[in-house]
Amino acid sequence: MATQSSRSAARIMMAPAVFLLLVWMLVPLSLTLILSFKRFLPLRGDRIGERGDGFGDFLLDYITGFPTLDWVGFQNFSAFASSGAFTDAVITTLVIVGGVLAVSVIFGILLAMLLDQPMWGQGVVRILVIAPFFVMPTVSALVWKNMFMDPTNGLFAHLWRAFGADPVVWLSDVPMFSLILIISWQWLPFATLILLTAFQSLDSEQLEAAEMDGAGPLARFFFIALPHLSRAITIVILIQTIFLLAVFAEIFVTTGGAFGTRTLTYLIYQRVLESQNIGLGSAGGVYAIILANIVAIFLMRIVGKNLDR
Amino acid sequence: MGRITLQKVQKKFGDVEVIPPLDLEINDGEFVVFVGPSGCGKSTLLRLIAGLEDVTDGQIDIDGEDATMVPPAKRKLAMVFQSYALYPHMTVRKNIAFPMRMAKMDPAEQNRRIENAAAALNLTDYLDRRPGQLSGGQRQRVAIGRAIVREPAAFLFDEPLSNLDAALRVGMRMEISELHKKLDTTMIYVTHDQVEAMTMADKIVVLRAGHIEQVGSPLELYRTPRNTFVAGFIGSPKMNLIEGAAAAEHNAQTIGIRPEHLDVSTTAGQWQGTVGVAEHLGSDTFIHVHGVAGCDPMTVRAGGDVDVKHGDTIYLTPQAEHLHRFDTQGLRIA
Ligand SMILES: Nc1ncnc2c1ncn2[C@@H]1O[C@H](COP(=O)(O)OP(=O)(O)OP(=O)(O)O)[C@@H](O)[C@H]1O
Ligand SMILES: [Mg+2]
Repeated sequence: MATQSSRSAARIMMAPAVFLLLVWMLVPLSLTLILSFKRFLPLRGDRIGERGDGFGDFLLDYITGFPTLDWVGFQNFSAFASSGAFTDAVITTLVIVGGVLAVSVIFGILLAMLLDQPMWGQGVVRILVIAPFFVMPTVSALVWKNMFMDPTNGLFAHLWRAFGADPVVWLSDVPMFSLILIISWQWLPFATLILLTAFQSLDSEQLEAAEMDGAGPLARFFFIALPHLSRAITIVILIQTIFLLAVFAEIFVTTGGAFGTRTLTYLIYQRVLESQNIGLGSAGGVYAIILANIVAIFLMRIVGKNLDR
Repeated sequence: MGRITLQKVQKKFGDVEVIPPLDLEINDGEFVVFVGPSGCGKSTLLRLIAGLEDVTDGQIDIDGEDATMVPPAKRKLAMVFQSYALYPHMTVRKNIAFPMRMAKMDPAEQNRRIENAAAALNLTDYLDRRPGQLSGGQRQRVAIGRAIVREPAAFLFDEPLSNLDAALRVGMRMEISELHKKLDTTMIYVTHDQVEAMTMADKIVVLRAGHIEQVGSPLELYRTPRNTFVAGFIGSPKMNLIEGAAAAEHNAQTIGIRPEHLDVSTTAGQWQGTVGVAEHLGSDTFIHVHGVAGCDPMTVRAGGDVDVKHGDTIYLTPQAEHLHRFDTQGLRIA
């Protein structure tokens, strides 16, 4: 797209897609935003769309800012944030995101290095490594909870007992560790796969040149391989963060938010469920958006510059 | 010092013998060129010397010491790769400093050597750029700079100029030759371009399928090629190899005559033919002549003022003192 005319042609042709994308994103976002400033308790009789049930009625309601619901200012926001659970939830979310990122990037690099070696049965091993990614989060959490971490029948419990130790009650004794373990297990294949392709694109002559220049295996890793991987690592971190901020099923299935594993997403779910307050839930949703953006800006600052090169 | 001796060095990849047992002596300060067609094992031989590839059998001595099992970093050899193999995320300065940094050299000494190398290679203005921001020739120079600062016992070059355009290639060829004169260090240079071999080498090693066909100075190979392969490989345009009756007259299976050793006439001569393509280069004219028995087309190098056209009849006479004779095995008959 080098010339003026090809640029403007491109702009016109992209317009429908951009418009669709805007509608797609803006409608739910603005709905959430409006509702977060409203009192909306369906069980207490608050209704939208009083004029009728048609789409046109809803649209008019929406455009006029749901006149049947009372504006309450920042009340929902202060109510959501004032409970002590809020800061804990934010911290828990960040710890889980950070923990899983660290585990999947570090072990992803190690696994990718391993898989990059020529070995017998490479194809099968690679498919096996990717396999966890295909298991649904609910299922994998159930498998971990019942087959591995169960304090009486779990594999780990048997293992511990075989060595004469007391079985660890994983989900209540070390709940965060267990959760990070489960979620990392799911995301490790993704990281490994992306990092493996990056490894494979590393020019072997560069490594040989470094070897002749006197760089040992560690120096070759840190001076040649790691910088080469930086872009892939960035991509892994950015993509995973988006999904990890919204982790839900794993917590729902395992701890149910107990033992300090309540993330922001989970807190919103619980608050809405117990209070049946959609305004409050929306305020929580807006907080989640803000948190995601803070994390995104932070990430782009520290790792995003790797993408520019 | 940089004397390298190969004794019965052999290399197999699985069952495939790429280098059959081979002996070679490279003296200190020599500029040795390995030349041969693609796939003949030039790079493999160089990598064996560098230590990037393990020998299957045999021994490599560097300066009289057995280096067969010595890891590449300890052989005191520096290599310039065909792809340059610069480190893309480091600046030129850091690239050049890398081997010294790995050797934990004193930073002041590092800087001194970087400045010297940069000055010698015209890189001073580019020290803070990354390889991606340099032209091919500049990258080549950075790769050489990175090799120089180590002050190695010998330099190994693997087709260093093959990614450059023709004009730049000529320039870099001279720069490398000059560098050799200045440093007086052993250099081993791999190429499949016989012009590079002829112009740069003290000693040319002609390889075919891993075998050494001949070792000698450029003029030795030009004047007395040991067999038809070397005869056809060294020299540009290629030597004309003639079989059949014309060769039998000289009691040989094959006779060879270089294009520049044929006298051209439009009236009379030993062989008659018709002009196919005449390439006028200005200084010279390369004429491809069809219809000479035993060699079709025969290439002739004539002066720039020869006036021949497609389809003209032409007479050629070989200069007897420049005729090469080869026997049934393709070996030179003295
Ligand atoms: N790692 C390897 N495994 C198996 N065979 C190899 C390997 N490396 C090289 N070969 C084979 O060894 C032979 C010599 O290869 P080499 O790279 O030394 O050729 P070369 O003379 O450098 O050719 P070119 O001029 O094209 O670079 C080739 O037939 C090649 O297929
Ligand atoms: Mg090669």
